[in-house]
Amino acid sequence: MMETGSYGSTLRYKSVERIKPVGKHSLLGASGELSDFQELLRYLDELILYDNMWDDGNSMGPKEVHNYLTRVMYNRRNKFNPLWNTLVLGGVKNGQKYLGTVTMIGVHFEDNHVATGFGNHLARPILREEWHENLSFEDGVKILEKCMRVLLYRDRSAVNKLQVWLSIHTLHFVLLFQAIDNLRGDRLYGSKLDVTDYVFIILPLLRLDPTLSQIAKITEEGVTISQPYSLKTFWGFSAFQNPTVGAEGSW
Amino acid sequence: MTKQQANWSPYDNNGGSCVAIAGADYCVIAADTRMSTGYNILTRDYSKICKLADKSVMASSGFQADVRALQKQLAARHSIYQHQHNKQMSCPAMAQLLSNTLYYKRFFPYYAFNVLGGLDNEGKGCVFTYDAVGSYEKVGYSAQGSGSTLIMPVLDRQLKSPSPLLLPAQDAVTPLSEAEAIDLVKTVFVAATERDIYTGDKVEIVVLNADGIHREYMDLRKD
Repeated sequence: MMETGSYGSTLRYKSVERIKPVGKHSLLGASGELSDFQELLRYLDELILYDNMWDDGNSMGPKEVHNYLTRVMYNRRNKFNPLWNTLVLGGVKNGQKYLGTVTMIGVHFEDNHVATGFGNHLARPILREEWHENLSFEDGVKILEKCMRVLLYRDRSAVNKLQVWLSIHTLHFVLLFQAIDNLRGDRLYGSKLDVTDYVFIILPLLRLDPTLSQIAKITEEGVTISQPYSLKTFWGFSAFQNPTVGAEGSW
Repeated sequence: MTKQQANWSPYDNNGGSCVAIAGADYCVIAADTRMSTGYNILTRDYSKICKLADKSVMASSGFQADVRALQKQLAARHSIYQHQHNKQMSCPAMAQLLSNTLYYKRFFPYYAFNVLGGLDNEGKGCVFTYDAVGSYEKVGYSAQGSGSTLIMPVLDRQLKSPSPLLLPAQDAVTPLSEAEAIDLVKTVFVAATERDIYTGDKVEIVVLNADGIHREYMDLRKD
């Protein structure tokens, strides 16, 4: 799952993963400063490790991890040294689905669909209209692809590359997807959908070759990643043909 | 070389309105469920109301992260109080605690605008209203948050609170019945929703009385 870490308008690092599994039940995606995300992953490593060391059969679920992240982000903001990220945390535990978000100043909430950055403006209205309980996996992917297509058309720094993370769990799933923004850091769009046996996250990938999307699958047993695929787009509108025909001397 | 300035603010206003009305034997606390940032709506289904004790319910609007931190802080302190005193905190006691907690951060305030409602030890309704740094007053009713300027004048007209300057001290609680008070709360929220962009989606209404605690919701305009 290739993603870029950009540096201003340069595509500086081209093999960066922006969504990571956390413990057995959750997936964390981040937009913003990659180094701060990496530090968060170190904190979470320790958190999950100490949780495992109790060896008591309990494990940190998405709600717990979300609360921990909220506290970390808020406390850093209190010290005027924030972790410059917007986080999306989704997962399923004991059949209960969960999707939440935390910003760099500690604002946090849980909802059926979340987004960061441009996604709030472009994707969430679509999700508000089309999301409902009992969405099937295929329908969920369709809705997200619709959102991604709109973002691709209207966000100058998006690219046509998607990756889907899938996590299998009982009876509910969380769908989370991410658009990589090669110029301004990535965005995350999440949607909580109720379907049998899946939790998944969709990630658009940024790469030099903007033709690919992928589906990655994380299950109780492990992770599988689909082959990359691209969205169908249409650019043949008549207004785009010969755009300078009415303006002599223009190019 | 100019000094680099901070280009982020530790505060944000997530909007919303809160109202509380005290009655002879009940208290109504209400808040809308919209959470916004700038011109965006983040979520339409977010509760601003927190039950701090059996007889104390707080509604807070403002910066959501601070509101949550404040609620957690008070809940923790209440837990300690219960261990130490083997009883729940009364509403006036909670009111003082909230004021002290807010003032503790006088020089980096909780950006939270609170109304605390509940029943005092005699079962009479009481409402306390706060600013962000803990200045508070016991009143018969109050509104805080983005719609407060739209709501408060309506409540003033309807509830005819006697002036605190009048002597002998007059009762602050409204003679309205519980049903009338709930109806008034619904009316003011509908009014505020019309003109305040940060108020809307749903209003959550909590009623405290001798029978316990009761919660209801009403849809508001979503635009």
